[in-house]
Amino acid sequence: MDDRFKRFGTVSFTAVTKTNDFISHLEAGKVTGTRCRVCNKLFFPPRADCFFCLSSDMEWFPVSGKGRLITYSTLRYAPVGFEKDIPYTIAVVDFGEYKVFGRIAKDIPEDKISIGMELEVKVNELPNGQLNYVFCLPRL
Amino acid sequence: MGRVAIIGVGQSAFVRSYPGGIRELAFEGFKEAILDAGIKVSDISASVVCSAPEYDKQRSPAGVIAEYLGLNPQPTFYVESLCSSSSMGLRVAYSLVKSGLHDIVAVIGFQKMSEITSAESQERMGRGADIQWESPFGTMMPAYYAMYAQAHMAKYGTTLEDLALIRVKAATYGQINEKAVYRKAVTLDMFSDPANPMSGPVASPLRVGDCCANADGSSCVIVANEEKAKIFSKKPVWILGLGSATAPVNVTGRELFTGLAVARAAAEQAYKMAGITPDKVDVAEVHDCFTIAEMMAYEDLGFAKPGEGKDLIRSKETYKEGKIPVNVDGGLLSKGHPIGATGGSQIRTIVLQLRGEAGPMQVKDPVIGLVHNIGGVGLYGNVTILGRE
Ligand SMILES: [Zn+2]
Repeated sequence: MDDRFKRFGTVSFTAVTKTNDFISHLEAGKVTGTRCRVCNKLFFPPRADCFFCLSSDMEWFPVSGKGRLITYSTLRYAPVGFEKDIPYTIAVVDFGEYKVFGRIAKDIPEDKISIGMELEVKVNELPNGQLNYVFCLPRL
Repeated sequence: MGRVAIIGVGQSAFVRSYPGGIRELAFEGFKEAILDAGIKVSDISASVVCSAPEYDKQRSPAGVIAEYLGLNPQPTFYVESLCSSSSMGLRVAYSLVKSGLHDIVAVIGFQKMSEITSAESQERMGRGADIQWESPFGTMMPAYYAMYAQAHMAKYGTTLEDLALIRVKAATYGQINEKAVYRKAVTLDMFSDPANPMSGPVASPLRVGDCCANADGSSCVIVANEEKAKIFSKKPVWILGLGSATAPVNVTGRELFTGLAVARAAAEQAYKMAGITPDKVDVAEVHDCFTIAEMMAYEDLGFAKPGEGKDLIRSKETYKEGKIPVNVDGGLLSKGHPIGATGGSQIRTIVLQLRGEAGPMQVKDPVIGLVHNIGGVGLYGNVTILGRE
């Protein structure tokens, strides 16, 4: 059984999905979405099937470049399973053709976070060995 | 095809921890509604049971609840749309009655949240979002609504004090609602006092005082066709408008972060069906699971323009004596939020208001009332407009 997806995030609630290659891409240092080969629509999070044209012919693309922070929140209370992570900041970042939901890197202090700021995405290994991705300041 | 009425409403007290099981909890709201409607249990021709799963262990709760309430052999089934389950149940009951398939339908909402801890409850609710792509980051309902608050504050200059004012209003009425879980006063000072639990940070910018109280509770709404309504009810309340909409679960699929697109879409449908404009609403119940949710509801429902919700609360226009009284029963913030029972409780409040039976919470002579009930974080939106003769 291909259960690679169980490695996603502090606690994963999914093991088997047709988008399991996303995890192998994280292991290779890349955050990826899918593009429909028939209608060219980009999807993040990645999907195996296109609801625009009903095609399942997808290819992977890397999430790259700078996005803009739409909104965020820093949690000081966590759901079961995430207690050791607090405080952490969740955020939505707009990359133009798609948006990405994730966490903001811990090395950006909360008072330096503001809506509209530019952010990039990078792969992050969690202390428990799990993988996710975080938003960080663009490299100069 | 005749009109569809609400002829009976009931709810249990909303409490921290109900000393009984879900069937006994459901009985409390059901009994009150049956007595209110003045019907026999056997007059009910179908029941719709509403809750959100995984708070208790019962699978397919409609069966055990129908049995306990004496509703066999009539059909029963389960309707779920998270926190808006019982408003969705009302929508289903309306169509069952309007179609002529059934003449009297009971919508039974319940939730027993106290069987799990608060952190477990946050995890359950968090899994009402996208479990594959969002939950692994450690999401929970307050944090999603907090992202809307952050965006609303940044765009419109809404302040933390504006949000606290909504909590203060809720507590004003929670104190006089004997069914409310939180019966104490809340003052602005509590939010500025670091030693006060109300000011404790949860998910920035929201604080403990911005969040509703988990509760155990049940509600029941009895829906009837026009013929039965005229036989049983001296003061039927008519369902004038129903609106319902969905949005992408994953926040990456959304365009709007300063309001809820589902509420705007559902409101537009409900106003159109009822043939009214927002200024005709005399009293409203909105889904204030968090203070920011009520602020956005003012704007999404057209009581204020986008960004001007703060003016309504600052001028106390949503108090009982104001231009558009909102949540004068304490709302989810003070009355409590037992997920599956909430919509039915909101409907009950509006029905009592329209019948002039809301006691100390009564607003002056309302003719039209509105219920705004949201499931998940703007995932499911239901708006219901009710009116008296
Ligand atoms: Zn396509």
